[in-house]
Amino acid sequence: MAFYVVQFLTGLASAASLFLVASGLSIIFGVTRIVNFAHGAFYMIGAYIAFTLTERLSGAFGFWGGIVLAAFAVALIGVIVEMVLLRRIYHAPELFQLLATFGLTLMVEDLVVLIWGPDDLVGRRAPGFRGAIDFFGQNIPSYDLFLIVLGPVVLGILWLLFQRTRWGVLVRAATQDRDMVAALGVNQKWLFTSVFAVGVFLAALGGALQIPRDAVHHAMDLRIIVEVFVVVVIGGLGSIVGAFVAAVLVSELNAFGILIFPKISIILVFLVMAVVLIVRPWGLFGKPEAAARKTPGLTVNPWRPLTSNERLMALAALIVAAMLPLFAGNYLLTVGSEIAIFVIFAVSLHFLMSVGGLASFGHAAYFGLGAYGIAFLAKMAGLPMIVCLLLGPLLGCMGAAVFGFFAVQLSGVYFAMLTLAFAQIVWSIAFQWVDVTGGDNGILGLWPSSWAASPSRFYWLSLGVAALVTVALRTMVFSPFGYALRATRDSVLRSEAIGIDAKRIQWTAFVIAGTTAGIGGALFAYLKGSVFPDNLGISLSVDALVMVLLGGVETVSGAVIGAIIYKALNIWLVSQTDLSKLVLGGFIMLIVVVFPKGIVGTLEMLAQRRKKASPPGSTLLAKPIESAE
Amino acid sequence: MRARNTIVGAAFALLAGGMAHSALAQDIKIGEINSYSLLPAFTEPYRKGWQLAVEEVNAAGGINGKKLVVISKDDGGKPADAQTAANELVSSEGVAMLAGTFLSNIGLAVSDFANQKKVFFLAAEPLTDAITWSKGNKYTFRLRPSNYMQAAMLVEAASKLPAKRWATIAPNYEYGQSAVAVFKKLMSEKRPDIQWIDEQWPPQGKIDAGPVVQAVAAANPEAILNVTFGADLVKLVREGNTRGLFKGREVVSFLTGEPEYLDPLKDETPEGWIVTGYPWYSIKTPEHDAFLKAYQAKYNDYPRLGSIVGYQTIKSAAAILAKAGSTDPEKLIAAAEGLTMPSPFGEITFRKIDHQSTLGAFVGKTALKDGKGVMVDSSYKKGADYLPSDAEVAKLRPKD
Repeated sequence: MAFYVVQFLTGLASAASLFLVASGLSIIFGVTRIVNFAHGAFYMIGAYIAFTLTERLSGAFGFWGGIVLAAFAVALIGVIVEMVLLRRIYHAPELFQLLATFGLTLMVEDLVVLIWGPDDLVGRRAPGFRGAIDFFGQNIPSYDLFLIVLGPVVLGILWLLFQRTRWGVLVRAATQDRDMVAALGVNQKWLFTSVFAVGVFLAALGGALQIPRDAVHHAMDLRIIVEVFVVVVIGGLGSIVGAFVAAVLVSELNAFGILIFPKISIILVFLVMAVVLIVRPWGLFGKPEAAARKTPGLTVNPWRPLTSNERLMALAALIVAAMLPLFAGNYLLTVGSEIAIFVIFAVSLHFLMSVGGLASFGHAAYFGLGAYGIAFLAKMAGLPMIVCLLLGPLLGCMGAAVFGFFAVQLSGVYFAMLTLAFAQIVWSIAFQWVDVTGGDNGILGLWPSSWAASPSRFYWLSLGVAALVTVALRTMVFSPFGYALRATRDSVLRSEAIGIDAKRIQWTAFVIAGTTAGIGGALFAYLKGSVFPDNLGISLSVDALVMVLLGGVETVSGAVIGAIIYKALNIWLVSQTDLSKLVLGGFIMLIVVVFPKGIVGTLEMLAQRRKKASPPGSTLLAKPIESAE
Repeated sequence: MRARNTIVGAAFALLAGGMAHSALAQDIKIGEINSYSLLPAFTEPYRKGWQLAVEEVNAAGGINGKKLVVISKDDGGKPADAQTAANELVSSEGVAMLAGTFLSNIGLAVSDFANQKKVFFLAAEPLTDAITWSKGNKYTFRLRPSNYMQAAMLVEAASKLPAKRWATIAPNYEYGQSAVAVFKKLMSEKRPDIQWIDEQWPPQGKIDAGPVVQAVAAANPEAILNVTFGADLVKLVREGNTRGLFKGREVVSFLTGEPEYLDPLKDETPEGWIVTGYPWYSIKTPEHDAFLKAYQAKYNDYPRLGSIVGYQTIKSAAAILAKAGSTDPEKLIAAAEGLTMPSPFGEITFRKIDHQSTLGAFVGKTALKDGKGVMVDSSYKKGADYLPSDAEVAKLRPKD
């Protein structure tokens, strides 16, 4: 019995540190709607700075002072980031801020290694909390008890802050309806900055408090960020109590789960999230999102098909690209194939995001399923390449059909997180089912047949498929199906009122996007000659998101450009510099500031402006419809 | 769409421009790939090691009079990116051979690439048995003692312990799984009386150490096998120390004696664990002294195991290239098979039968000295003594 009590308390201690970080993320999201990918980075910087301070300052006061000081220092960094970077892009399309925080995360990962060196750092134990307390023969570390008390205390302070101060009232009001708060004359700028500072402070504190139990190293951020998102979503976005309950739930299920299934930790949080979201679409304590006042994915310039001139130009571009084998060597051709494949992947996600208004955080699942489809068909059934290429993507299609059915019942960030959960479940199956998938050692030896083996032929194949896919998806955008899909994106209520079955349309779009991603994955398997669980992983899903956002989510085919630039730059930087993440992150942040609507989106906007500037008098008609409703 | 041609052009111009800096045609180039950005703690000393080796090789006249050049690429910890890098090295840099890699899946990806493109590949660090056995191919050689060899070395010491009830803690991926599987198999062969009473599989890099330690303690084993390393190991040790998990229990642990993993533990280093590792401070052989002196003179830092691996990878590659007298992959294979050469750990041989080198490892016990973790009572185990018989190896490895 004593063992179960101690295991429960251990779970509570894990929950406390998870809660600290999650509550910060939840507050930031609730008010600013920023999906703060850099939250893990702030957590990590908090740990690093706290390490330095606690090593320098002596005594108990030095230790605790160092922890708190570190959290304040990081909060200050957060304020600077918010004022210099994020303030400029609050009016950018939804999720665009994710791109900025992603760039920041990349930079931080390289910076901490530059500043603190590559070795894992192990900090001091907390003075006064070094040992353990005997509980009927079981040991409970006293630091765990400290954390168990700290969690509810922080919860209480936050509760008081939100219920008893004017600032808290404003924050709660903004979480519910930030446009109304702005309309009532509240200075949003400082509200957002202060909220961001508080959120970052909590993240950094959470990181700093890990010093006595963890090692400080440069991958801490990735270790926590996804888990924290999951906790926030299980609890319900913007709900602090929800974050606390979810942190406890996840930690306790883990503490007891490993007694029965020792391998459960790898997937547990995602299973819990999938179940919670299917049963309660807004998390445990979340409320349904208020009807959007703004049209999501607002198209300032109405979409139109290409004019015949533009079609000719696109065709010319394709022909130029197809002539690459005339002057480029094998390496460039292989890179070209890889870029073409990522164009396929990016446009498939773009279709879902910009036309359907459904941002998937787990799109790599269908890319990877397509790749595994190839691996199974070629290695186990021994089918020839052409048959594999036709049938392989079906696995992506089937995955999308099953998961899409559940996912489209939700919307917004909840939709995104459910797709992430499904992707992680697929990933863990590929990772764990060693007999079939080879686990993380993957499936090797999937090289293309001789007709496509030479780099130039494979390049032509990838380029051709990429062009076909792009054209097909564009055609679909301007088909009745495409219009119906855009209708569901812009207003579910209105589209349903005119008889569009929104869920069915969205589900269909999900399956189309998944199948297309599967085609990309199938080609990728042949390009690399092997398949690994990586091909289903979070980082690939994030890459796809970055490509779409970089291109411009409000454009018809911006993802094509986004994919080309991001992938080419990534490959080139990794090859040329040891600090590729630092440079790439800086580049992304620069793009975010210069092109707040994505590269293609901003260029289109500028072109449009120039056009409108010439004929005066027609301003009323041409005026962008900023708020549709 | 409209801007596509210009952007494609610009992207490729960038790519092409980046490759202008090639070495001279008569140099001999080795393409080296490793997870520099993902695992700097291991790969930084590794890089220093191979840089020292390049310097020494060229100071001694290069390879048959030609200068040795190593072109190094980062794979970011992703197999697909490692293949992109391998392709660049082979197709546009024209390297004579590939070398390096740390993670097992990346090693396998590059080895499969080497097999497909018919390029010689010297895997430096991946531990998986598959790379020389079940998925072995004729183009791939491996330097470091494999999972099997390290398990066999540990079993030799562990089987002498009186403990009968064992628990295992290993990261939940191929390395952890196969380390546990081989250890269990070899151990049970020597000691049929052993019971395996509990196993814990925390996800790699994400151990929730408190519950894991508590769960193992509840099973009350007499001995524990640990396969976690890096930050996971730190958390496990800290929780284990506070909760008294290691008190009165024997612990056998993979890799923990390597300075990369032992040094961060500082004064929390648990004492008396049986580990594999690299006690650079207590090795007293002329070969190692020479290496240590050169390394410390150049970097003013002590070597980690990664330094040895990096150093010996390039030294081995140079020896193979010198003997082959050519960069033709078939001749390199012929030269490498059965080639014997010196190393800081003494003489090693690349076996003809499975392309595994006989580089060994040190087995010893952890101890605390002046607030730092060290390995004591350590002895060098020659790799050749811990490999299965040739008949068994032949069964494990596909025919070329």
